[in-house]
Amino acid sequence: MSPSATGSDATLGGARFGDRLFKAALTLTALAVPVLLGFLVFELWAGSREAIGEFGLGFLTSSEWDPVEGRFGALPLIFGTVVSSALALLIAVPLSLGVAIFLTEFAPMRIRGPVSFLIELLAAIPSVVYGLWGIFVMIPFLRATVFPFLKDTLGFLPFFQGPIYGPGMLSAAIILAIMVMPYIMSVSREVLLAVPNTQREAALALGATRWEALTGAVLPYARSGIIGAVILGLGRALGETMAVTMVIGNRHEIAASLFAPGYTMAAAIANEFAEAVENIHLSALSYVALTLFVVTVLINAAARLLIWRVAQGGGGKSA
Amino acid sequence: MTATLPGRTAMPHASSLKPTLAARGAPATRGPGGEPVVEAREFRFSYGPTEVLKGISLGVARNAVTAIIGPSGCGKSTFLRAINRMHELLPDVRHGGDLLLDGQSIYAPGRDLVDLRRRIGMVFQRPNPFPKSIFDNVAYGPTVNRLALKRDLPELVERCLRQAALWDEVKDRLHEPGTGLSGGQQQRLCIARALANSPEVLLMDEPCSALDPIATQKVEELIFALKEHYTIAIVTHNMQQAARVSDFTGFFDSGELIEFGDTDQLFTAPAHERTEAYITGRFG
Repeated sequence: MSPSATGSDATLGGARFGDRLFKAALTLTALAVPVLLGFLVFELWAGSREAIGEFGLGFLTSSEWDPVEGRFGALPLIFGTVVSSALALLIAVPLSLGVAIFLTEFAPMRIRGPVSFLIELLAAIPSVVYGLWGIFVMIPFLRATVFPFLKDTLGFLPFFQGPIYGPGMLSAAIILAIMVMPYIMSVSREVLLAVPNTQREAALALGATRWEALTGAVLPYARSGIIGAVILGLGRALGETMAVTMVIGNRHEIAASLFAPGYTMAAAIANEFAEAVENIHLSALSYVALTLFVVTVLINAAARLLIWRVAQGGGGKSA
Repeated sequence: MTATLPGRTAMPHASSLKPTLAARGAPATRGPGGEPVVEAREFRFSYGPTEVLKGISLGVARNAVTAIIGPSGCGKSTFLRAINRMHELLPDVRHGGDLLLDGQSIYAPGRDLVDLRRRIGMVFQRPNPFPKSIFDNVAYGPTVNRLALKRDLPELVERCLRQAALWDEVKDRLHEPGTGLSGGQQQRLCIARALANSPEVLLMDEPCSALDPIATQKVEELIFALKEHYTIAIVTHNMQQAARVSDFTGFFDSGELIEFGDTDQLFTAPAHERTEAYITGRFG
């Protein structure tokens, strides 16, 4: 009895040591994330100190961008980032949700797998390829057919006036929409699949139509997950650089017209970093990066809050 | 022989039911031969190549409780779900023979599914309230079916919750989520929700299998009380439960209806050997 007891004690001690080592290693990796984040913010701040000292918060409200005179303002970039992402979601969310609902609720079994696989494949395409496709295929098509049509039918709105260049805010939004669709679609599909079948049955057994079961039982159940999917897409859209810079026109300008060229924070950093020779120019780009970081964090925080509120209201405290 | 019958001997609360439900047997004397509300005629059903029901013929009598018992996989739940065409969500299902509601085929081409399911309510194995308030759960059916005006809903909801013996427990928190109730309360909420459609028939698919004994007793008392106004078909794994709550019992085995008759008769003097083997616990 006693030898086996000491034996088990020894292995227990060994296990304890192993456990402690493992726990320490995991704690270290977990701590690495916030520490890295801290360094990142510090570096951005250190890099942009000169620009912050020069322009202060006025940087965020000024539209001037003149590397020769050394005067910089980021408002058009912030505007471009927010507007292109919002427009992209406006296009992508209904499409992705429609596809997700079709694939989980209505599509014949045998096409569900292949179709969702194809859509998820879109996420694997490098963004520079999207950019090239945008330049050579999408923009010529938009310029020849869609944009003139929009101008003719909705031209009374300021958003669809002015010359059609091709590259511009709307082109960027459309390419972003295509790029974020697979994310929103596949996450909402997962969320809809996770809705228990008993919920659908409950609604159908009460005499609901398929549509009523969907809107009255399935979607409310999946609501917070779907919002999460949209936020994932938004995060992608806000940070997307390459494809956007290739099709947005890259002009530091705020225009009402969606046909007009614009610029985003990410695109400006990528484009100008290599060309910036003056310290203040570099510092201004760093300041833009810091701003992008803060904007992204704020939008994500707001989105989390929204999910939390929705989950509370939707009977989130289920047993 | 009689001593080995679990159903008749183990009726812990049957006596407590009797005073409130003195009418047991009175409306039920109409045997399976009377005018049935739901009638199966040589009904067959298959999932893909597997035939699960092999020609079932039985009638569900009005204002009575008809229980369906049998070992796992015997097709009893399939039969119940076929009555309000709940299988329609699944691919590759086929049926043969016929099922009638008030003499009209449930599977007739062009049959309005929404109307059918309004008239045939269903309570499922696991309580499945919507993640909505208690009030909205009960009001769901009448709302989607446009059965009641908005201003009549509070009265309707109260009546259904009272019928489901839940009103006193929830009247002060009608606007809290139904998912916050206990399991037994959730199941009674689901019953109230089904009643709100004023169905003719109430199908119950093992309604107590996820509940504790106290909650089970409450639901059983409720089933007993409900047959005054509704026709009930219940599938159960629990033979004592079938013996306690039902007027008629059908015994299914391997997709066939082995025996169907008066509950007392079936449990005390089964006509068929397999029925006897099952109810005395020799298999299943």
